[in-house]
Amino acid sequence: MTDATLVVTNLQTHFQMRNGVVRAVDGVSFEVRRGKILGLVGESGSGKSVTGFSILGLVDPPGGIVGGSIKFLGRELVGMAEPELRGLRGNRIAMVFQDPMMTLNPVLRIDTQMIETVRAHADVSHAEARTRSRDALGLVGIPSPDERLSSYPHQFSGGMRQRGAIAIALLHQPDLIVADEPTTALDVTIQAQILSEVQKLAANFGTALIWITHDLSVVAGLADDIAVMYAGRIVESGSVESVLDRPLHPYTHGLIGSVPSRNKRGSKLRQIPGMTPSMLGLPPGCAFRQRCERASEECKVSPPITHPAPERTLRCFHPQLELAA
Amino acid sequence: MTVWIFRRLIQAVFVMLAMTVIVFVGVNVIGDPVEILISPDADQAERIRAIAALGLDKPLWEQYLRFLWGAVRGDLGRSFVFNEPALQLISQRMPATLELAVTAVLLAVVLGIPLGLLAGLYPHSLFGRLAMAGSILGFSLPSFWVGLMFIMIFAVQLGWLPSTGRGATVTVFGIPWSFLTRDGLAHMAMPAFNLALGNIALVLRLTRSGVRENMPMDYVRFARAKGLSPQRVVFVHVLKNIMIPVVTVLGLQFGSTVAFAVVTESVFAWPGMGKLIIDSINVLDRPVIVAYLMMIVLMFVTINLIVDLLYTVLDPRVRIGGAE
Amino acid sequence: MSATVQREITPFRRFAADYASNKIAVVALIGVVIIVFLALFANLIAPQNPYDLAQLDIMDGRLPPGAKSPAGWTYWLGTDDQGRDMFSGILYGLRISLGVGFGSAATAGVIGSALGLIAAYAGGWVETAIMRLVDLQLSFPAILVALMILAFLGKGVMNVMLALVIVEWARYARTARAAALVERRREYVEAAECLALPQWRVLFRHILPNCMPPLIVIGAIQVASAILLEATLSFLGLGVPITEPSLGLLIANGYQYMLSGKYWISFYPGLALLVTIVCLNLVADQLRDVLNPRLQR
Repeated sequence: MTDATLVVTNLQTHFQMRNGVVRAVDGVSFEVRRGKILGLVGESGSGKSVTGFSILGLVDPPGGIVGGSIKFLGRELVGMAEPELRGLRGNRIAMVFQDPMMTLNPVLRIDTQMIETVRAHADVSHAEARTRSRDALGLVGIPSPDERLSSYPHQFSGGMRQRGAIAIALLHQPDLIVADEPTTALDVTIQAQILSEVQKLAANFGTALIWITHDLSVVAGLADDIAVMYAGRIVESGSVESVLDRPLHPYTHGLIGSVPSRNKRGSKLRQIPGMTPSMLGLPPGCAFRQRCERASEECKVSPPITHPAPERTLRCFHPQLELAA
Repeated sequence: MTVWIFRRLIQAVFVMLAMTVIVFVGVNVIGDPVEILISPDADQAERIRAIAALGLDKPLWEQYLRFLWGAVRGDLGRSFVFNEPALQLISQRMPATLELAVTAVLLAVVLGIPLGLLAGLYPHSLFGRLAMAGSILGFSLPSFWVGLMFIMIFAVQLGWLPSTGRGATVTVFGIPWSFLTRDGLAHMAMPAFNLALGNIALVLRLTRSGVRENMPMDYVRFARAKGLSPQRVVFVHVLKNIMIPVVTVLGLQFGSTVAFAVVTESVFAWPGMGKLIIDSINVLDRPVIVAYLMMIVLMFVTINLIVDLLYTVLDPRVRIGGAE
Repeated sequence: MSATVQREITPFRRFAADYASNKIAVVALIGVVIIVFLALFANLIAPQNPYDLAQLDIMDGRLPPGAKSPAGWTYWLGTDDQGRDMFSGILYGLRISLGVGFGSAATAGVIGSALGLIAAYAGGWVETAIMRLVDLQLSFPAILVALMILAFLGKGVMNVMLALVIVEWARYARTARAAALVERRREYVEAAECLALPQWRVLFRHILPNCMPPLIVIGAIQVASAILLEATLSFLGLGVPITEPSLGLLIANGYQYMLSGKYWISFYPGLALLVTIVCLNLVADQLRDVLNPRLQR
């Protein structure tokens, strides 16, 4: 517990829309430890990206954090003044985005975009900043980084752009990186390369990592811990081994069941019936109950967080103990 | 890149040629040159002699070639009214018009971009709403009427600014300029602002929609996630992306501004080529009309060429695309 | 799909409801209706026929707003140098301005849309020729094209109309072609072609109606710009004759008296022109928002 880089407690991030409130993040709690990787898993619209943006204080109106706490190395981020928060962003907390085609500014050269990041947080000369940028590019495996520095993003391939974005995130050797589906848009081979390199970097620098994804197989190979999000809440969390081996929440079961794998070859893929509910005007109670075969009257009340095992959390009245077929 | 420039140049030459044909046909086929060029009291013999002297008895294509040959050498005929070469007349008046148009476009940049940025960053604020309403008004206002209202308020009622003319000028390189003297600037203030009004509204709208389009983009969020100051995000990251459409449109708009100076010059009696062309149309001084049209077409073609080049300088994606 | 079904049930009501969602646009529409009404019935509303020289008294020239006429009624907006009641002059001027504006926009709309549809449907060199002409023309500003045409043809109302039509057809053509190219690929066109309907019939009875929304939007904008351009040309002395002044010429007439502080001769016709253009532009803006499915939220 003492080496926790980030402790999020009961975080609530809501969006005030014209026709109601969207509780994109509704009471989320988790922690990430130094050098560890947390996989934040969920379907699109489950609030996992908003959680990431909340940590960096980048939720724009009509959205905003309305409650809870985000403690980063013991400092409270919720309600922190913008200039102070800006000093942490890109410095102690970095973020990598999903689409490498969109994250780098198309009309600025790579070196401009890297050097400005260095100099935003360190009082160094232009030349020194450039050297650091080059080293960062080399670190993420971009060949001949010196020449690549003066390229424009469109001269990079998708994989190289994402490496570039990761290099920018690494410039100040941050304590925490929030990676929002950084490999989803990439080819499988490049995805594997980047995953292994990120894993190495996190271990070497002691950087804590939040890896947001909808892909359970990525988390299985990469993360230490896992948190499954559904409709703005973490429905189940724990270490990767224990959650994937003994999933308790019916939704986690469904997710695991819908991953194609070699062992289940020939058998029919299971799919979760129904669709993700609209986040606007979500009724109280368990949000998954309309799609859940185990749902009962009881589920019309929000299930509390329980600890079915050490280091495990669960929000369900009817945990499913048998393994998904 | 050179291939691309070469291709653009050839295209420009073709547009110029097409315009000479249109102007030639317009003047010589739609209008009757004999009626205009020869005095109505001339008798039949004089008429025939004049027609032969002007080459009007030759087939049309030969006349066109003569016209084209003249145009290439800068000979577009003599003004009936001033009895001077038409091209020379136009060139004498052109600096005054260009001075006005350049000032108007600069005003549009200096006022339009900051206002557009503010309106885009705070679209729901009172200022944002006012700016949008103002820009609709800017498009709808009859420019000549606004000019008259300016004169009424600032010259007649308040007496702050002179109503017409160019004021004192300073001659540099043999060309008189108004912007170098206080008096000249005072004379230029109203016409330049009047001419700029539509452009300001246009730049404001472009900048505003650019900001609103770009702000939610991932690259802006990423720039903020890097811990950059809001100033750097807006003025470097966003503005550089917005400048591409703004510069393109403004460049193209420069030609329209020169053309529209016709109206402003008439209102403020600004002695530029716009006022000259209106007077010439009124007295049917065709050589001057033709010279004006050819000059302004040339200007347009040149501007379009420059804007295209500028575009490639501003947008690295196009620059590389053109090179390959 | 469901949207089309709904529209088939009550297309007009849905459209009206969408349009009414913006209060300012409703006010603007009412404004346009009133202005058109004033122009149509100018001869019944105006206290004076400003074109009938017998009714004008030069002794009444340049009276300020509110002055009494010899006949006992009030010149609410003053009189011009001819002793013409400005209010009557504006109503009749509005009639000419709107007539020229709507007339030229409609003519240009018919010609431009037809050429645009033909370009889209014929393809090949026909399309290239038409669209090159459109591109060439649209690369020059309207006022320059109009000046060029008036320089060739000379001044006059018909020539201004002709100039406006020539200035405006290109934008319709471009819009019609773009819309028709999209419609062409739709199934109903294929079905009509399979029925071996004559080409003109497919084009004008099947494709054209579906291209109307963008054309209507362009049309609304074009009416406003035609009125503005006519006023500008008339102000420059290239438009309507002095005996039957449009708004632009009324403003021009007041120019010389402006310097002596007699503002009303130019001010009120300009205000009428401004209100007309603003209303038309606001209506066009809202039409674009309502009729453009891409912008529908």
